[in-house]
Amino acid sequence: MPLKVNHLLGIRELSVEQIQLILETAESFREISTRPIKKVPTLRGKTIINLFFEASTRTRTSFEIAAKRLSADAINVSSSTSSVVKGETLVDTAQNLQAMAPDVIVIRHSSSGAPQQLARICNAAIVNAGDGAHEHPTQALLDAFTILDRKKRLAGLKVAIVGDIAHSRVARSNCLLLGKMGAQVTVCAPPTLLPYAFEKTLDFLPRDGASGRLSVTHDMHKALEDADVVMMLRIQLERQQEAFFPSVREYFRLYGLSAERMRAAKPDAIIMHPGPINRGVEIASDVADGPYSVILDQVTSGVAVRMAVLFLLAGSSKEETTD
Amino acid sequence: MSSLLIKNGRIIDPSSSLDQVCDLLIENGKISRLERDITAPGTAALDATGLIVAPGFIDIHVHLREPGREDEETIESGTQAAAVGGFTSICCMPNTDPINDSPTVTHYIVKEAERRAVTRVFPIGAISIGSAGEKLAEIGDMVAAGAVGISDDGKPVMNGQLMRRAMEYSLPFKIPVIEHCEDLHLSAHGSMNEGYQSTVLGLKGMSRTAEDAMASRDIILAELTGAHIHIAHLSTRGALDLVREAKRKGIHATCEVTPHHFTLTDTACCGYDTNTKMSPPLRTDDDVEALIGGLADGTIDCIATDHAPHNANEKMLEFDRAPFGITGLETALGLSLTQLFHTGRITLNRLVELFTVNPARIVNKTLGTLGIGAEADVTLFSTESEWVYDVSQTKSKSRNCPFHGMKLKGQVAGTVVAGKLVYRNEGLLR
Repeated sequence: MPLKVNHLLGIRELSVEQIQLILETAESFREISTRPIKKVPTLRGKTIINLFFEASTRTRTSFEIAAKRLSADAINVSSSTSSVVKGETLVDTAQNLQAMAPDVIVIRHSSSGAPQQLARICNAAIVNAGDGAHEHPTQALLDAFTILDRKKRLAGLKVAIVGDIAHSRVARSNCLLLGKMGAQVTVCAPPTLLPYAFEKTLDFLPRDGASGRLSVTHDMHKALEDADVVMMLRIQLERQQEAFFPSVREYFRLYGLSAERMRAAKPDAIIMHPGPINRGVEIASDVADGPYSVILDQVTSGVAVRMAVLFLLAGSSKEETTD
Repeated sequence: MSSLLIKNGRIIDPSSSLDQVCDLLIENGKISRLERDITAPGTAALDATGLIVAPGFIDIHVHLREPGREDEETIESGTQAAAVGGFTSICCMPNTDPINDSPTVTHYIVKEAERRAVTRVFPIGAISIGSAGEKLAEIGDMVAAGAVGISDDGKPVMNGQLMRRAMEYSLPFKIPVIEHCEDLHLSAHGSMNEGYQSTVLGLKGMSRTAEDAMASRDIILAELTGAHIHIAHLSTRGALDLVREAKRKGIHATCEVTPHHFTLTDTACCGYDTNTKMSPPLRTDDDVEALIGGLADGTIDCIATDHAPHNANEKMLEFDRAPFGITGLETALGLSLTQLFHTGRITLNRLVELFTVNPARIVNKTLGTLGIGAEADVTLFSTESEWVYDVSQTKSKSRNCPFHGMKLKGQVAGTVVAGKLVYRNEGLLR
């Protein structure tokens, strides 16, 4: 079954069926990573460029491993080695890469919308690996994959997302995906770290009962109450200088995740974090390493989900369209 | 000096409440007669049957980029684009390189304009040296050299005390103090309007409070000093309400709006097209509705383009890294007729007023009128001609315009500066 999109730019553009297809495909790829020889020939002869304009260890490695396990040729370009530092525009960089005929360009960029701009110029399939504070679709997909693994469903789950929502593409993509799949999402942050009108994020979804709901609170206890999933977001320490909150100490007291606080959640609630974690800032060490933490499972899921995305976009099953 | 006979046009001159079909005779660069059936043997004639004949349009907010960025625009190319847009006079903002903060630069612009411009050009001088917001520029000397107003446009004057001094100091020169109203702390390096769309797009928002707060401060200072504050490119309902209230109280406050701010909203930014990025940013439906209301009820004094040419390379960047600004001289009338007149929101007389006598009064020029003896600046246009704007045909050196491909109703037919036809639309004017 084809994905019927040429690019993966964000969760917003995906239908429930497309999300399901990616997650099911990821499930079928999961086993490959457990083999002694972790490689299948599925994307042999395909070229995948990982174009990273922003520092990343986890995501870049994950995409590279995903490509290599599918036998694609993966090339990494990071901003320090690209012409961007010499003042070349994004458009020029993209056109030059396009001239080498890659099948997929995976892009990470600090500017929101950079993948969309690239998609307008390039024939290659564009995969958004995180753009500014806009979207990080593969993170939301791997989070959903991880939740499904533990909870066997998304619909009806109570999910708390806590932390710097304003600067978080992970929060945006997760709210969109979980909402589309019918989960009840509660977002918790100090008012300074919530973007304008964030409570309207899911208003565009059909009100047919299948869609999830989004609520916003500044009360950590309320957010965690009966939660099935607690997703913590990284707090960047420089936000303190920008007056988003007065001190790390106070932030942790109000919005940090401690073992004691977790008691408000369901007994079998899982704890997630997109990483890298700031121990003692947004999450206590013992919680991050505790039995309900699935933080490392998320990283494992990432490879299977990215294999699925690359396969669906670059695989030979892609339909030729004549219109 | 130039003479010209314009036959059978519908003359609309709000400065004298004139609206009638008759002939207009220009002799020696001045309006000499306005009557039916004028015959002037030996004088070149234009048939304006079916066209509106208005005083020459005045755009008090244009960036000509000369000196310094002649790759983006020159006095010659910018005034050619102005003529295509029906403008016979433009005021050029001081954020050139070097900045027009001295009589030397003002003089250079005036002299270059005399040699190369096809329209009249009136420079706006900087408020502060280098528009850095620290020390007053030589305002009196710039006025003596030809400046008609002062502004640090592109930047606000963040220091309230300096703004107070600029207003006080400008009083004897009877010039407007023009402010780009934006509290830079509140707009916080944003790249589009702060609202639902900026949240969806993940772009840093520029809060409307940045404009409202600064407009409020400037109106308070204008009340204190008695100076003339002119608010450039007003874009929010809040700032509009402040101007309305200021006028009611008798404070000398005027304002302009741009065609893009009464035509587009922040939903236009959804594809991350950098030609939808300008400052102030595109706002919301509610603001557009307020602005059109302000244009209709007289709160807004004039339409100005904030024509801001940028090199294509600079606009080919990521949205948050691209510069602010779009070109607008050639589309201003078409957009105004399409959005304001053909929708029944304002009358033709009001529309002409917004482009002529009102902006002339703001910069204290006896232009924008077809009174006998006045400078013969005339704009001829069709209200009915339908056309599609093609930016590849622009006379501007830059093409950063979001209106490319847009269908417009109403178009400039001809532009006359001092009795000389400087632009003719072959399809509309014989």
